[in-house]
Amino acid sequence: MLYEAVRLALQAILRNMFRSFLTVLGIVIGVAAVIAMVTVGQGSTDQVEADVSTLGTNLLMIRPGQPSQGPGSGVGGTAASLTLKDVEAIEEQIGSVMVATPSNSRAMTVIFGNVNSSTTVTGTDTRFLTARDWPLSIGRAFYESEQRTGSAACILGSTVRQKLFGNSDPLGASIRLKQISCRVIGVLEAKGASSFGTDQDDIVLMPIRAFQRRIAGNQDVSMIYASIRTGVSTDKAKADIERLMRERRRIGAFEEDDFNVFDMKQISSMLTGITSVLTGLLSAVAAVSLLVGGIGIMNIMLVSVTERTREIGIRLAVGATEGQVLLQFLVESIVLSLIGGLIGIVLGLGLGLLGSRLLSIPFSPNPSLVLAAFVFSALVGIVFGFFPARRAARMDPIEALRHQ
Amino acid sequence: MMPPGTTPGTPPGTILGTVASARAVPSPGATPLISLRGVTKIYGTGDAEVRALRGIDLDIHGGEFVAIMGPSGSGKSTAMNILGFLDKPTGGSYAFGGAEVDDLSRDQLALLRRNFLGFVFQGYNLLARTSALDNVELPLIYQGMARTERRRLAFDALGKVGLKGREDHDPSQLSGGQQQRVAIARAIVTNPDVILADEPTGNLDTSRSHEIMDLLTELNRKDGITILMVTHEPDMAVYADRLIHFVDGRIESDTIPDKAVPHAL
Ligand SMILES: Nc1ncnc2c1ncn2[C@@H]1O[C@H](COP(=O)(O)OP(=O)(O)OP(=O)(O)O)[C@@H](O)[C@H]1O
Ligand SMILES: [Mg+2]
Repeated sequence: MLYEAVRLALQAILRNMFRSFLTVLGIVIGVAAVIAMVTVGQGSTDQVEADVSTLGTNLLMIRPGQPSQGPGSGVGGTAASLTLKDVEAIEEQIGSVMVATPSNSRAMTVIFGNVNSSTTVTGTDTRFLTARDWPLSIGRAFYESEQRTGSAACILGSTVRQKLFGNSDPLGASIRLKQISCRVIGVLEAKGASSFGTDQDDIVLMPIRAFQRRIAGNQDVSMIYASIRTGVSTDKAKADIERLMRERRRIGAFEEDDFNVFDMKQISSMLTGITSVLTGLLSAVAAVSLLVGGIGIMNIMLVSVTERTREIGIRLAVGATEGQVLLQFLVESIVLSLIGGLIGIVLGLGLGLLGSRLLSIPFSPNPSLVLAAFVFSALVGIVFGFFPARRAARMDPIEALRHQ
Repeated sequence: MMPPGTTPGTPPGTILGTVASARAVPSPGATPLISLRGVTKIYGTGDAEVRALRGIDLDIHGGEFVAIMGPSGSGKSTAMNILGFLDKPTGGSYAFGGAEVDDLSRDQLALLRRNFLGFVFQGYNLLARTSALDNVELPLIYQGMARTERRRLAFDALGKVGLKGREDHDPSQLSGGQQQRVAIARAIVTNPDVILADEPTGNLDTSRSHEIMDLLTELNRKDGITILMVTHEPDMAVYADRLIHFVDGRIESDTIPDKAVPHAL
């Protein structure tokens, strides 16, 4: 009987192909939206996690400013800057820290010959390469003497090297930054694009003293990277650094910190938090669309029951029970919404794939979500098909047969 | 609730028991297959009240071929609907195969229709855009019969009404006479005890009408199916062996038709 009901349902649906298609459009859009959204959301979360692991999971970053401002905010307004002495103190006095390195960055134009390119110039020291786990592809790191005297030696990121030099050898060449000329001593290995919206390889490194004296014009350090020894908990290292910094910056027992220590986990959870809020929001929109889709199905099923009054009369006359007629129409609306759900799933996965390609993030379809979408469309069919089906089942056979 | 001893698909045991003997030649004193006592039907209330049936007493035995005639509005269709379990009387009682059916539920009446009755309507009432074979199969689907068995019985029934080779045609591809044959095939495919035919030839020309009447006569004579037929045409009524006249919601006469007038064959 169930098999017959499914066969009849498919027949009835195919007979009104175009109308059936319009009927399920709401479900198709709802399901496709949810699937595409969640797939892209999951993909970007995966991407953020992958990026964070390229930065190194045991990396801490220290910045001046109020803790509440978060890692994205700029240097805190009134908070005193960090200094090179802070870097030394962190590395020497905290056992769990392997290396600490300063960093101060500025967006600038670099020029070589008649080619110029805007990039980020970062003043730091050789320990930056260890902390960020970022080896050189060619050339060498800064000599101790270059760091001490602040001579103008530059290490290029692979993007900058590509833009300025193409395939020719950059080592020993002089590039111009503002009024200074800087000798290229090495090139970093490529890290690849990052979901933080920046190209990590679009960078020029120079000794921090040179940066402070000749570019920034002050003694500030805007951020300290501290790399934690393996096997030491990030939380412990963080607490140690916070204690040391409070001491060094003479913050009273009842005063708030005027600096921040972030770990990469915090940054990634903040970013994935944003994506999950977005996904949730769009899923709510999609749920409304499913509801509207369900009402559309109910509407068409009611029309269909009225149109087929005579057919129902015939079925009742030859001995169909109420239950059999109810089943037939219920199955029809379930099959209808399942077809919508399936089209929606396929469309959603397709859009998800397209979206992931465009955003160059991994394609991460979620099998349990696909299953849920399937079950949910069946539920929509049952809930919104029940009332029309019951109306069909309760018809009076004589009146139904007389209906024109 | 169903009466005791009843399962879906098999109506009351008393009915089944009687049905086995229903095909026998009616003998006076045997339990009638159909028995109406004081049946009334009132439509509407108050000023709009229509008394369609005003007290019908009627016994029909298994194997009879009964024609019902009467002026328009005299209650013929109303009586047929009640006899066919499509409608319930306002008053009086109805026994089928010796069992009272007045208190049966909607679903139980559906089971009686499915297992014991076949309907033939003036307007054929076939499912549109559905092949002759599928139309004939319909009652068997609701009986829960397996597909291959269903197909076989539907094929046989279409063969019996002379539509071999038309199994795949849908109603729009068939003439009126052929459509009525499909309807008759659908009525007999369940091997019913009674066929209820309300003006089966009302939409057909004379020679097509006689063909349908010959078919019904054959089903009555050969298969012993009891036939109740409403008609306006005396030419068709003479095929029956009993003629009942309705006037104004009552039975005015119950006679043997005058077969002296020979009908065309
Ligand atoms: N559903 C209904 N509601 C109200 N009145 C009805 C209904 N069905 C039938 N009637 C009335 O009951 C009476 C008997 O109708 P019925 O259809 O039984 O007549 P009939 O003998 O079959 O007539 P005809 O030869 O025209 O088919 C008529 O007066 C009709 O108007
Ligand atoms: Mg009538």
